[in-house]
Amino acid sequence: MSKKVAFLQGNEAAAHGAIYAGCNFFAGYPITPSTEVAEVCSVELPKVGGKFIQMEDEIGAMAAILGASLAGSKVLTSTSGPGLSLKQELIGYGCIAEIPCVVFNVMRGGPSTGMPTGPSQSDVMSAKWGTHGDHPAICLVPASVQETYEEVIRAFNLSEKYRTPVMVMPDEIVAHMRERIVFPEPGEIEIVPRKTPTVPPEQYKPYDTSFGDVPPLAAYGTGYKFHVTGLNKMQDGFPTTKAEIVQAEEERQVRKVNANVDDIVTFEEYLLDDAEVVVVAYGSTSRSARYAVNAAREQGIKAGMFRIKTFWPFPDKQIKALAQKAKGFIVPEMNLGMAALEIERNVQGKAPVLGIFRVDGEPINPDQIVAKIKEVK
Amino acid sequence: MAFDYEKYIRPGKLPHIWCPGCGHGIVMKGLIRAIDTLKMDTKNTAIVSGIGCASRLPGYMDCCTLHTAHGRAAAFATGVKMAKPEMNVILVGGDGDGTAIGGNHFIHACRRNINMTYIILNNKIYGMTGGQFSPATPTGAKASTTPYGNPDPPFDIAKLAIGAGATFVARGTAYHATQIDKLIAEAIQHKGFSVVEILDDCPTTYGRRNKFKSVIEMMNHLKEIAVPVKAAEKMTAEQLQGKVLTGVLFKEERPEYTEEYAKVIERAQAK
Repeated sequence: MSKKVAFLQGNEAAAHGAIYAGCNFFAGYPITPSTEVAEVCSVELPKVGGKFIQMEDEIGAMAAILGASLAGSKVLTSTSGPGLSLKQELIGYGCIAEIPCVVFNVMRGGPSTGMPTGPSQSDVMSAKWGTHGDHPAICLVPASVQETYEEVIRAFNLSEKYRTPVMVMPDEIVAHMRERIVFPEPGEIEIVPRKTPTVPPEQYKPYDTSFGDVPPLAAYGTGYKFHVTGLNKMQDGFPTTKAEIVQAEEERQVRKVNANVDDIVTFEEYLLDDAEVVVVAYGSTSRSARYAVNAAREQGIKAGMFRIKTFWPFPDKQIKALAQKAKGFIVPEMNLGMAALEIERNVQGKAPVLGIFRVDGEPINPDQIVAKIKEVK
Repeated sequence: MAFDYEKYIRPGKLPHIWCPGCGHGIVMKGLIRAIDTLKMDTKNTAIVSGIGCASRLPGYMDCCTLHTAHGRAAAFATGVKMAKPEMNVILVGGDGDGTAIGGNHFIHACRRNINMTYIILNNKIYGMTGGQFSPATPTGAKASTTPYGNPDPPFDIAKLAIGAGATFVARGTAYHATQIDKLIAEAIQHKGFSVVEILDDCPTTYGRRNKFKSVIEMMNHLKEIAVPVKAAEKMTAEQLQGKVLTGVLFKEERPEYTEEYAKVIERAQAK
């Protein structure tokens, strides 16, 4: 039997991917250029018995998904730049209270209202540093409609597996372009369920580390009565200011992601085996980069591309390895140098890191990248 | 036999954080009696709060409890209730939490008429941060940020709830302790979004700045200003000057949100 295919936008694919992953609750607020995710969820979720709610504001939408997740739902919200800023406090709440949820953020120009219909990649730092305090960060940056669908599914899986908010951040080009998508069959892509308690309610603690760095999470209304707070907490969920407990809990929350980078970090290596010039790109920019690498190869330059698929945790190990042999790195991105800073941090001066930074609402074209590749001596 | 409050309190979580003379404990006891009267299943009851002194209440209660971020209780609770409409969802919080930073979530929860009960402990001040004026602080009152008297006019929280579409609105006071459980129980039984405003006191940060010499004086003030709605019907406008109506102020039947959404699911699946 041939698989079901469609011609979809990235945003539409995101909503369908969420439903494949078992999402049964969406809360959102209209914002360009991500609104189609909400629109498709409002159509599709009730068909599968799920719930859609349009909240009074971005903060309310983030709050509603966290509440629904604690009641056992698999939850999604979608937004864009200004909405991401508004959601940040509660993204932090999701991190400290360890509530699985997926935040789909379409990157448009900014800061503030910026260019609502223009593409950008300037929210990637917000994904890690936007909410205050130390916390884990997982952020996926798809480059195609098919990949948006699949990465939303992976985001749900990672969110449930590591009990933490996960962000999916396509740029506006990926979110709004239409491409052919092939839907996986049911069961074809693994869906990771939430780890729920094996102990009876009277023994249950929501942050019981005897079960490892990711403790099981009960759902409200299933017989388990437990407390959740945004304060630093003990294993039983109640607030504490005891120094040694706070230190240990904060470290665990970050460790549960950072100790599992090999499970989380994904990337694509394109013509890197003999590459002297490495273009590091992500999102729609990687499509220009691929074209540019091919063009450079035709002109006899040994160029390759490292495509970031998981922006956070950042692929430190892979960039460090490339820095051992590359003559230079080219970093095209639709911001004024964000991934470039992370790459410089990993390259540690072993090779030049040349940026192509564009914030004018226009995509970075292959010619720009080819020209920059030629600058590497 | 004395009423057994401890049945509903989490072991080891008392004493509470509230100051001597604070009325929040009186309200918590009222909530406990209401839960007991209605024989509510605590395993199936979520108590959701924001930030502030009143918002610490859920932590003491042996239920499914959620202490959220400042002002966000109504929005978190909406998510809980939408996900599990069969659960009882009760919100607790103060006047600043609910009507300033959380004002938007509050009015929209009223508008949706989602079946939850919001108990607002109105002590007219931000107590936890040390006594800054709130949207419920009377004009002219002293607070740590209104040293020359409050220039702001206050909200009438009950009227705000009615105007925004809540379908059950009641008001009591911490002085009238035996009425609190009855108002809360009636609110919980009402199908739709119900609001119970309890006028409360904060001797520590409000009383001492506003010439209340003692907690007893603050409690007596609540007694003096409260007029039951029935009694008010026979009083003149002049007699009602400076008074506050108590009891069930408003009640109507209107479609409830989670039931309406269940119909959305039916319509979507019929297509």
